Amino acid sequence: MYDAGKVITGIVIFLVLITFPFWFNVASGNATYKPDPKIITPNEQCMADGEYMKRNHMDMLDEWRDLVVREGQRTFVAPDGKTYEMSLSNTCMKCHSNKADFCDQCHNYMAVYPYCWDCHIEPQETTYGYK
Amino acid sequence: MPLVISLLAVIVLVVIALAGTGSLGLQYLFGVIFPYAALATFLIGLVYRVITWARSPVPFHIPTICGQQKSHSWIKHSKLESPYTTLGVIGRMALEIFFFRSLFRNTKVDLKKGPRLVYGSEKYLWMAGMAFHYSFLIILLRHLRFFAEPVPFFVTALQTLDGFFQIWLPIIYITDGLILAALLFLLFRRLYDVKLRYLSMAGDYFPLFLLLGIAITGYLMRYTTAKADLVEVKELAMGLLSFRPVIPAGLDSVFYLHIFLVSVLIAYFPFSKLLHMAGVFMSPTRNLANNSRAKRHINPWNYDVKVHTYEEYEDEFRDVMKAAGMPVEKE
Repeated sequence: MYDAGKVITGIVIFLVLITFPFWFNVASGNATYKPDPKIITPNEQCMADGEYMKRNHMDMLDEWRDLVVREGQRTFVAPDGKTYEMSLSNTCMKCHSNKADFCDQCHNYMAVYPYCWDCHIEPQETTYGYK
Repeated sequence: MPLVISLLAVIVLVVIALAGTGSLGLQYLFGVIFPYAALATFLIGLVYRVITWARSPVPFHIPTICGQQKSHSWIKHSKLESPYTTLGVIGRMALEIFFFRSLFRNTKVDLKKGPRLVYGSEKYLWMAGMAFHYSFLIILLRHLRFFAEPVPFFVTALQTLDGFFQIWLPIIYITDGLILAALLFLLFRRLYDVKLRYLSMAGDYFPLFLLLGIAITGYLMRYTTAKADLVEVKELAMGLLSFRPVIPAGLDSVFYLHIFLVSVLIAYFPFSKLLHMAGVFMSPTRNLANNSRAKRHINPWNYDVKVHTYEEYEDEFRDVMKAAGMPVEKE
């Protein structure tokens, strides 16, 4: 092999960089960490089922915002016929008031930093700012 | 024809993944075995190819330069276009790798009415190339949020920057738009020009279709109602990384299609033109200094040639030469 020193150095640098996720998680010790969003009001019924909410809650909140802010419509009729007030603070957070143990669990895990709290007042239990 | 073959190949891959994870239920194969196999192929193949290149001798000192070489002190030396030192070579390589400098000089020839032959500058390929490669890099780094816990700060920073305009929800990333535009341009560029279409082979179209497939399945999972459960995606990714693979229950075929196409892409790497990623470093026309007039480059093929110097020649034939009246250097 010609220029073995340079070529092997290059290959080693490449391998170290490309395997970053492998050794990063070993170093951080979080390889088996799983988020654990806590439901603190297990007897209440959410307006949609959990699987749907897990994937689509952001779309629903987005839709609600447009309906409330731009069209002044405040009543939401759920698939099961019940009506709810379209409000993050008053409806959603009535049950899910534990932002740090509920919202932030998955959001931090997935590095999602929604801008809900740019306008809404954040629940008092947490300190302000991104973690 | 190469276009049709490549498109068909990608369609077949899509059908395989959809059938495999849909009705056949081969989630483990597509979610665990293929990604591992693809990564192994990628790493081993890439190292093997690089070592093969490194084992090939470079008989000539052949940098292709486009600037004034170092000569007299009163002639201005172009340090980056015709590097003389290792530092110069590093500078030139860095410009090539980070800014595609040689592509920036791309020209095109057109036969206009007349007939008149016209040479012109052609920057679109460079622009689309830059847009594609940097978008791809940023998208790749953004994906680290699925592969690292805690998510490193630079991933979060890139996300914020990439979603700067806060359009739509989930926020549309600038690079998601750029990469689609760049890929479509690179595809239509090959189709639009007759000469280029004639030169294009299946190996040129296939990566483009594959990347388009990867991008589109990604958009489906982010921007449409075919959303994936991201926590489960990360669970699968972290399982793979810690060699404790798990298959979460709620992942749809779109997700498996996405990672199957990515697996194909990285497994395809060592066998294709995509290997220019490593090849750019190994190119003797770029990574050599233009100093052949100052330093002797020895062809590694050279064996020890038995030479018969003039001194030895004269020693051997001195008497005969003298007798014939020929001049000799030593009496």
